[in-house]
Amino acid sequence: MLSRTADHLFWMSRYTERAENTARMLDVNYETTLLPQSAAKAQAGWRGLLGISELKPAYAARYGTTINSRDVMDFMVRDEKNPSSIISCLKNARENARAVRGTLTTEVWETANQTWLEVIRMLRGGDCERDPSQFFEWVKFRSHLLRGVTAGTMLQDEAFHFLRIGTFLERADNTARLVDVKFHTAEGDFLGRASEQDQEFDFYHWSAILRSVSAFEVYRKVYRDVIKPERVAELLILRADMPRSLLACLNELMSNLAMVTSDVSSETQRRAGKLRADLQYSQIDEILATGLHAFLTQFLDRVNELGAHISREFLVPATR
Amino acid sequence: MSLTMFDEMNATAQSVRAHYQGYQQWLVRQPAEVMEARRAEAEMIFRRVGITFAVYGAKDEDGAGTERLIPFDLIPRIIPAHEWVDIERGLVQRTTALNRFIHDVYHGQEIIKAGVMPAEQIFQNDQFRPEMMGVDVPGNIYSHVSGIDIVRVPNAQGEGEYYVLEDNLRVPSGVSYMLEDRKMMMRLFPDLFSQNRVAPVAHYADLLLETLRAMAPPATAEPTVVLLTPGMYNSAYFEHAFLAQQMGIELVEGQDLFVKDNFVYMRTTRGPKRVDVIYRRVDDDFLDPLAFRPKSSLGCAGLLNVYRSGNVSICNAIGTGVADDKSIYPYVPKMIEFYLGEKPLLKNVPTFMCRNQEDLQYTLANLKELVVKEVHGAGGYGMLVGPAASAAEIEDFRRAIVANPAGYIAQPTLSLSTCPTYVESGIAPRHIDLRPFVLSGKTVQMVPGGLTRVALKEGSLVVNSSQGGGTKDTWILEADAVAPAQFPSQLQSQFQSLTGGD
Repeated sequence: MLSRTADHLFWMSRYTERAENTARMLDVNYETTLLPQSAAKAQAGWRGLLGISELKPAYAARYGTTINSRDVMDFMVRDEKNPSSIISCLKNARENARAVRGTLTTEVWETANQTWLEVIRMLRGGDCERDPSQFFEWVKFRSHLLRGVTAGTMLQDEAFHFLRIGTFLERADNTARLVDVKFHTAEGDFLGRASEQDQEFDFYHWSAILRSVSAFEVYRKVYRDVIKPERVAELLILRADMPRSLLACLNELMSNLAMVTSDVSSETQRRAGKLRADLQYSQIDEILATGLHAFLTQFLDRVNELGAHISREFLVPATR
Repeated sequence: MSLTMFDEMNATAQSVRAHYQGYQQWLVRQPAEVMEARRAEAEMIFRRVGITFAVYGAKDEDGAGTERLIPFDLIPRIIPAHEWVDIERGLVQRTTALNRFIHDVYHGQEIIKAGVMPAEQIFQNDQFRPEMMGVDVPGNIYSHVSGIDIVRVPNAQGEGEYYVLEDNLRVPSGVSYMLEDRKMMMRLFPDLFSQNRVAPVAHYADLLLETLRAMAPPATAEPTVVLLTPGMYNSAYFEHAFLAQQMGIELVEGQDLFVKDNFVYMRTTRGPKRVDVIYRRVDDDFLDPLAFRPKSSLGCAGLLNVYRSGNVSICNAIGTGVADDKSIYPYVPKMIEFYLGEKPLLKNVPTFMCRNQEDLQYTLANLKELVVKEVHGAGGYGMLVGPAASAAEIEDFRRAIVANPAGYIAQPTLSLSTCPTYVESGIAPRHIDLRPFVLSGKTVQMVPGGLTRVALKEGSLVVNSSQGGGTKDTWILEADAVAPAQFPSQLQSQFQSLTGGD
């Protein structure tokens, strides 16, 4: 397959995944604002959300230093100048798809194209303001649909594997950021014992994280216990059977990389394997003892490097 | 050529031509709201499928880019099979002669030696590529895909006569619309196709691939064919992606190709892969920055050398533009006689070449009645339609022609035939043309029909999609119209009981 084609496929699925995760985070934050809470806590939530995507400076440049839900939602949903906004992600996903539409099945292309046409119509019609939750739900469903149509109609050749690689690399990145920010804001509470009045906040805080990755019911099923932060971390980082966990993403990444690699001494594969092994043989206590933030920061760096290696080895090979 | 009208469907206000009768009887039974719903459905599907055409310099109100739908009209353009047989024969003859001509231009130039065509017509032509002199190409074929534009004009007796309006031998486009229009018609009106014997067109991609593979450098066992596109912002990108997919070949951009050891390779995820045939949809000028425009990033550096060595085939060949220029057009009938020793089967439109003093004087004196075209213009740009032009536009053209007479030709304003078309006020006649796509490989072949373009503006004669033209499905219809397919009696009675009888 052409390297450029692989590159477009890779970014098409990365942007789709990013749109979905942005919608997930916005949705949970929005629902949290509907709970009785102090203005400071609500603001912290929105600030954290901008922090996840490393967008605080870009936001400040556009909207100033006041952070409120309306501006953040605007910025993260419909601002085309923000490369991580839902509209930018869906547009980029569609443009990448258009560049390789001949490689995709008709159904896959039409799904991506339709999503783009509809999101323009919905945003223009004020759907997001009228019912944000429903809009975010729609974004998630379109992403589910695209993934499903891909799995259901595409030949399982290189094109398919590069799409999958994009999806799981992006998801690993997004989940790690989410966990990092949510634990970081709560770190004081989390390591010291929670005071009485914070316990209620804690429940909502941790369950919000879980719900943002569709893991609330999974948690109950796996642990049959009250929600405890260290278990939330374990579920989202180390559980191989939790589809949005870091380990699950690395597992998928490894198996798809194996399908496209012909070079036995592939540096990309070596690095991915090492990162996967580090997760696979870790325990949550160990990670927490050395510091979750440090662990996740390092993880994000390594995922980033992995992306660069994939790019160099397959997508934009140096000349000749 | 008088300015009377010729309508493809209606012979007079009261009577419908024989080959349209079946369709017309069907059409009058369709409620207006059903047709409106079908039209909306077609638009929705075209948008979802992304069958779009980019208009240069245009921007949507939401800034969402420059993609527009090409309006698709529900009423087909129907040509009876016996007429098509004549057209097809004429097209084979014409493209054969044109290919012989291009080969001659880049080899012995017998046509000049014989005094049939003046030498400066070739050597002063911008599209003449001296790099191609003496280069042998597989099968001596240069124009593998030719789009020959045909119009129909009433003669003195009011009968429609076919004329070739121009030859497109560089990178003619539009074939994807021909294929998608048919698919759409079959989806919207399946019953029409069971009632009428319409010649199929869907095998075009097969014929094209066969043509391209036949052009591979000799001694290539399993040729790798690619389609070279300028990229997704090109106006015809949809077509490039569509054809590559239909043929199952890679859609490459210039950046995907490189030259090494006098072969062309593409960059793949598994390393370099050799390319044998390039179906290019990029103009000559942009193909090789080392040979042509140095700043072009659309092509591949060193491609021309590989091509001249015969290690890669390029379709259409480099340098075909020398034969489809509007100043060469008037010579095509002579070419046919010269190379094939035959009388031309398809007529040329009488053309005044402003490079000739006499023609120039006539043109300047009759600008109001003539259509003036730039010799190198395409896509409906750089054209004056005298009867429709303002005094100022005519004066602009007069100045331009006087400044550079050789850059212009003039033709009588043709009263292009019309075909009933859906417009805002209902169904009304609109002017149409026809672009068949002729494939030249081991043999010369084509799918029946072509792309019918329609000028949607009332009275307009410009059918180009870049100028707001639309398209219609084109039917080549077998004359011996059969009754609707008969069910075997048993099946029929079952069918009737299922539907409650009729």
